[in-house]
Amino acid sequence: MYFGLSEDQIFFQDNIKKFLEENLSVDILRKIAADDRTFANDIHDGIVNLGINGLLVPEEFGGLGLDILFAAAISEALGYGAGASPFIGSYVMAPLAIIGGGSDEQKQNYLTKIASNEVKFGVGFSALTGARDNSEIQIKGNKISGRSLFVLDYEYATHFLISDINGCIGIIDAQANGIDLVELKTIDRTRNVCELILKNVDFKILEQTKNSKNTAEKVIDAGRIMLAADSLGAAQNMINKAVDYAKERKQFGRAIGSFQAVKHMCAEMVAELEPCYALVWHAAHAQKHLPNEARLMACQAKSHLSDVTKEVAKKSTEVHGGMGFTDLLGLHYWFKRIGLNRQLLGTPERVREEAALLQLN
Amino acid sequence: MDLHYSKEYLDFEKEVKAFCKKYDGVTFTDASKNPLASSSSKKKKIQITRSEWQKILIEQGYFARAVPKEYGGYGGEPDILKSRIIATEFSRAKTPAPMGGQGIDMLVPTLLEMGTDQQKEKYIKPTLHGEMIWCQGYSEPNAGSDLAALQTKGELIDGEWVINGQKIWTSTAQYSQMMFCLVRTEPEAQKHSGISYLLIPMDSEGIEVRPLVDMTMKAGFNEVFFTDVKIPETNIVGKRGEGWAVANATLGHERGSLAPPDAIMNRVHMLIDLMKEEKLDGKPLIEHPIYRDRLMKIQGKVMASQSHALRLLSAKLNPGQDVKVGKMIQKLVGTELRHELEGLAIDVMGEIGVLYEDSPHLRDKGSWQFIYMYFLGLIIGGGTSQIQKNIISERGLGLPKEPKIQGVQ
Repeated sequence: MYFGLSEDQIFFQDNIKKFLEENLSVDILRKIAADDRTFANDIHDGIVNLGINGLLVPEEFGGLGLDILFAAAISEALGYGAGASPFIGSYVMAPLAIIGGGSDEQKQNYLTKIASNEVKFGVGFSALTGARDNSEIQIKGNKISGRSLFVLDYEYATHFLISDINGCIGIIDAQANGIDLVELKTIDRTRNVCELILKNVDFKILEQTKNSKNTAEKVIDAGRIMLAADSLGAAQNMINKAVDYAKERKQFGRAIGSFQAVKHMCAEMVAELEPCYALVWHAAHAQKHLPNEARLMACQAKSHLSDVTKEVAKKSTEVHGGMGFTDLLGLHYWFKRIGLNRQLLGTPERVREEAALLQLN
Repeated sequence: MDLHYSKEYLDFEKEVKAFCKKYDGVTFTDASKNPLASSSSKKKKIQITRSEWQKILIEQGYFARAVPKEYGGYGGEPDILKSRIIATEFSRAKTPAPMGGQGIDMLVPTLLEMGTDQQKEKYIKPTLHGEMIWCQGYSEPNAGSDLAALQTKGELIDGEWVINGQKIWTSTAQYSQMMFCLVRTEPEAQKHSGISYLLIPMDSEGIEVRPLVDMTMKAGFNEVFFTDVKIPETNIVGKRGEGWAVANATLGHERGSLAPPDAIMNRVHMLIDLMKEEKLDGKPLIEHPIYRDRLMKIQGKVMASQSHALRLLSAKLNPGQDVKVGKMIQKLVGTELRHELEGLAIDVMGEIGVLYEDSPHLRDKGSWQFIYMYFLGLIIGGGTSQIQKNIISERGLGLPKEPKIQGVQ
């Protein structure tokens, strides 16, 4: 019996953390936030060079054939380093959708190219996880129309993977006619989302998703676990920064961390976040090994982590006092990353409602 | 990640399941009326005493597993996974758990580690059998969170300890045969090095036990007064002035055992059932979105606690897994969470939730309200939540201690 990350998982995770620590300082984060794409491209290339694109692609298609727990470990590392790169959409949700729903030909074609980095997917699932602003998707035959909001990982996308409200998933070519791509600006400048306005665009439906929501649900579950893991890493980084600051910063002639008002905030953050590691790992492990609990655990991991990390983001900023509020320290990049993760792929209330329905039916 | 049991443990699990089946419906002729005691099923097949049950469990290796045979234990190797299987299966089958209490959970491990051979021989066996009940004499009116400020005095006069002073928050003192007690024996020494750990028979002359009624309206605690109480010189664990170290060994045992997460998950399931049955304006509470959201929120926290407990278990089995802070948070998180959960059940029931004692319309014997209040006691007792936060931040995160005020020891 062993509950935790394996040596391989920790090794991979450490590589990502190290790469980001060496290449993504707050200065560079600031440049990326100001839309300096050269730095963003470097970070993305560096992470892809570490092998994240082929992580979930089965070995027969040239990937590493690893599992969701492995991906969660990577997502945690990306959150920790505010990794300004596509991941959850392009390299987790997209390959899982094609593995689960694609025909043999579609798998051969797309999975191989994800692994070789020739194809990169943006992913739009908001029709299924909570449509806003009256957006909706209509699929008629081999054509798709409508609007998909908050499409993830669009900036390098050669293709998009879109789901309608019934979990019917298909692929469109980013160069196809009838696509209007509108960039959206969120608080989080380390990852970008867009709106796709589609008018009668060629749509290749993933065969197995025509009449079944199963694949779409699994893809969303995995995406939610990734968001939870990303927030976990980001929150841990914020706590570490707060604890370090509380040890160094002096007021009234002593380190502020010696005041109970401050040290108790640190203790509260740790007490809330520490069990989250186990919940995220357990939920990720369940996706492959505990099918009966997989959906519920994914929902609970997403909503619980959203709540805990929101508090951590607030408190760790407060520990820094006025400096926490400034752009000088750049703490807010993590605050905002946690803020975006919380709303993506279902708000906590919505996800908890799904969790309740899973248990009532 | 590997959550499977090896064959040895799968076999053991079968064995425990069979044991639980054999003893299904066991009840005790001397059962306590504490609502927190494990409930027994309605079928009254086997009737025995608590002590007989302890002996059956020891013989089977399900209790006192690692305590040597000569002291009344099973005499096996400690096996964390087996302990977990026993706890899980007993809880699932509603088989009565072995007795706990401060003698078994705190004194026995302390004696095994620091007691003399004579003390081990004399005390451990009857304690494990439930024939010798212990209470803990630590806190005093002026020594709570600052325990080392305790003032109960012990003087060695003519080969006997003579004890004077007062203890408070002493659970089970009225039923106990013995007390393990912290007493100031070296008044000249520094605060922490003037304390000794003494074993006091509760029938000694000069001991007065006064019940202390708590907010649940039960006398869960007592005050214990000592007036020239005399005990043998040999009733000391460790050396004179070493009592603080001895006591710290036992406090560690207590913090680990206050709020096991599997018990909380059982309670979540009871709460779900309650919300399906209870109605507000004719509609089951489980169908009211706001209550349902609160339920799901708590379930998420409990799931995190349960998974975390697995991680801690794994760290015991696989040395090298770092869970230092992870262990320190358990008392704080576990007690606060249980209190919150019981409080939700009260809100779910509304006015019915505040019914108490033997009122008409009472649900589940009033256990939700009782445990809600009881756990507020546990949040405070055994090191308050605020003391826990000091421990987590100072020992876990390395934050500096509060500077001492000049002139105060």
